[in-house]
Amino acid sequence: MKILKLIFKNTLRHKLRTFLTILGIAIAVIAFGLMRTVVSAWYAGVDASAANRLITRQAVSFIFTLPYSYRDKIANVKGVKNVTYANWFSGVYIDKNQFFPRLAVDAETMFDVYPEFLLSKEELETFKKERNSCVIGADIAKQYKLKLDDIMTIEGDIYPGTWEFIVRGIYKPKFKSTDATQMLFHWKYLDETMKKVSPGRAGNIGWFMIQIKDPNRSAEISKEIDALFENSTAETKTETERAFQQGFLASTSAIITAMNFISFVIIGIIMLVLGNTMIMAARERTREYAVMKTLGFSAKHLIGLIMGESLLISVIGGGIGLFLIFPIVAGFAEVIPKGFFPIFRIVPITVILSASSAILIGVASAVFPIQRAIKTKIIDGFRFVG
Amino acid sequence: MSIPFRYSLKNFKSRKTTNIITVLGISLVVFVFTAVLMMAYGIQKTLIATGNEDNVIILRKSANAEISSIIDGETQNIIRALPYIKATNEGKQIISYEPVVIINLDKKSGGISNVTVRGVSPEINYLRPQVKLTEGKMFNWGSRELVVGTSIEKNFINAGIGGKVNFAGDEWTIVGKFVSDGSGFDSEFWGDSKQLLNAFNRGNTVSTVTLRLDDKNNFEKFKTAFDSDKRLKQFEPKIEKIFFEEQSELMANFIKILGIFITIIFSLGATIGAMITMYAAVANRTREIGTLRSLGFKRRSILVVFLFESVLISLVGGIIGIFFASGLQLFTISTLNFASFSEISFYFAITPDIIIGSLIFSCIMGIFGGFFPSIRAARMNIINALRAG
Repeated sequence: MKILKLIFKNTLRHKLRTFLTILGIAIAVIAFGLMRTVVSAWYAGVDASAANRLITRQAVSFIFTLPYSYRDKIANVKGVKNVTYANWFSGVYIDKNQFFPRLAVDAETMFDVYPEFLLSKEELETFKKERNSCVIGADIAKQYKLKLDDIMTIEGDIYPGTWEFIVRGIYKPKFKSTDATQMLFHWKYLDETMKKVSPGRAGNIGWFMIQIKDPNRSAEISKEIDALFENSTAETKTETERAFQQGFLASTSAIITAMNFISFVIIGIIMLVLGNTMIMAARERTREYAVMKTLGFSAKHLIGLIMGESLLISVIGGGIGLFLIFPIVAGFAEVIPKGFFPIFRIVPITVILSASSAILIGVASAVFPIQRAIKTKIIDGFRFVG
Repeated sequence: MSIPFRYSLKNFKSRKTTNIITVLGISLVVFVFTAVLMMAYGIQKTLIATGNEDNVIILRKSANAEISSIIDGETQNIIRALPYIKATNEGKQIISYEPVVIINLDKKSGGISNVTVRGVSPEINYLRPQVKLTEGKMFNWGSRELVVGTSIEKNFINAGIGGKVNFAGDEWTIVGKFVSDGSGFDSEFWGDSKQLLNAFNRGNTVSTVTLRLDDKNNFEKFKTAFDSDKRLKQFEPKIEKIFFEEQSELMANFIKILGIFITIIFSLGATIGAMITMYAAVANRTREIGTLRSLGFKRRSILVVFLFESVLISLVGGIIGIFFASGLQLFTISTLNFASFSEISFYFAITPDIIIGSLIFSCIMGIFGGFFPSIRAARMNIINALRAG
């Protein structure tokens, strides 16, 4: 108990210095948490993917399409529960800086395969009935202040022309990881228009999304599907939704590496700051430590004293940082354009990492001063002048 | 040099550990700050080098990238008839009708990525003279052959000469390798425009049309002629250089905003570190400050000396940070460009502006970190200071 009291007293000896150090640690924990949140936002697609969904796309790359006729063939594969499909529509909504995904989907089956997009029965029915209607995610509705029955006008690029859609449904995300920034409309509407404008491009599907009965059979079913279309002009590549998302991430791995690197540099910098504080404190107290040693305090006590002070400072700083990180991330989520990071939130692992990094900082910063305090002979300690 | 400054320099030596730690902290911050700016500039530089000031690229107005643009044969005929297009000595117009597609290839570092395949027309050498074959030969017009950009050859499996790439139901042989002055074309495959259109069953619908102007000053006139034709209403001509610069904006801004934001946050950390060091320096030297004052040095000189010391510490840190960051120039980054959805590889690139910016940045940290401690030092009362223990 005495030691604890001493730790507190020591911490308060240089109030300004302690305050600055705590502030520094709090800032570092916030920066670290933000960085990890950006990295986890990057992985949001992987987290949101369901184990029982496969994605089938053109083997060459995502910009090539598949014939509509594949749909029935895929549906007949054993173990397949539901097949739905989508086309990347792209286009310009308001201006070129609005990135949220705009997809032409099969209205009949889309919401069966994606049960995490919560849409009321009435809205779904109206959507199914009206060819030129669309359903948007709750985040999009909020950002662009769109309500039911509003009209969205989109200038097409891949599918030229001016397109108008009536909002007939707003879906809500079931999980925190569900992307609520998509705009979905009838593939049939798109296809009918293409039949008139450029018949060569009608009947094309961007990719199939397949719900399977048993997630354990995903590898077999994927192979079976790809085998169906081998040696055709449009070979397919089927993989789990997770693998599909990871494949996309792999191509941006350089950026993720850079962000990971930076987030650990932050820890390094703050370790230096706290380390500096502890070294200074221990240096100033060299003579006191000699007194304590003379009185019979052992190395254990000295370790406890220095480590305790270091941990106390880092835990207080870390605690303040963790406390502030939530409103700050929420603030960022509001400001970042939707579609850039559909999911921007603190995941549990970020909290764990931030907290443990604060503790790590506390422990690491104490090592050097402890070493010095123990090594210093009593006699040298007494001789020491600041 | 006056006594107070020499005193400051001496202090640097006598309190080694603390000062080294502070310098290290600042150098880490400046390292990241400089690296981020170098990365953002690197991608910009690569894409700016891709475009030529004399060339005009035509895309669909609503298209953000080449792959989402579509230009049909009829429109191509209209474009061909426009004035101010340069011709070769043989009288052929310098125009390239380019289908641009993306294919997936395996990266050597693992995973797959999107690679651009660009179809070009025979007048391409007049249009993009910066592209030069270094190995192998040019593809044969009329056959399913490709030439590969040097970055793709380096980063992807089986992308060297003699390698075969499968797409559009055919096998394409790589017959040559080219360089393009570090431009974005280094991250592409090139093939015969007609062959690619044929293989993809696209008729004669290309993605973009790029042409050379007879004089770059005629762009405005060309644009006026272009805009006055109602049939071209959905399309837009852009100077090629500007187009590719825009293609780098999304990435460069993303890197810059995120990077600068992060460095500012942890420059606060380093500033606090400097502040702690300086407060301690002031506290430890109370008696010495008193001595200086009693020798007749003014409060202002004390303030300046401590500020000088703080700025010196941060400048040393800054120089170390910049030194290590400039070593990054040896590294290339290969990543997906969000704007074009395809692979782009680029170098970290440093400029005098970046160096000056980073130095200013480290000075600011020093000034902020040293300001309050210096004021405390300057305000000290001579008698109390001399009495201090």
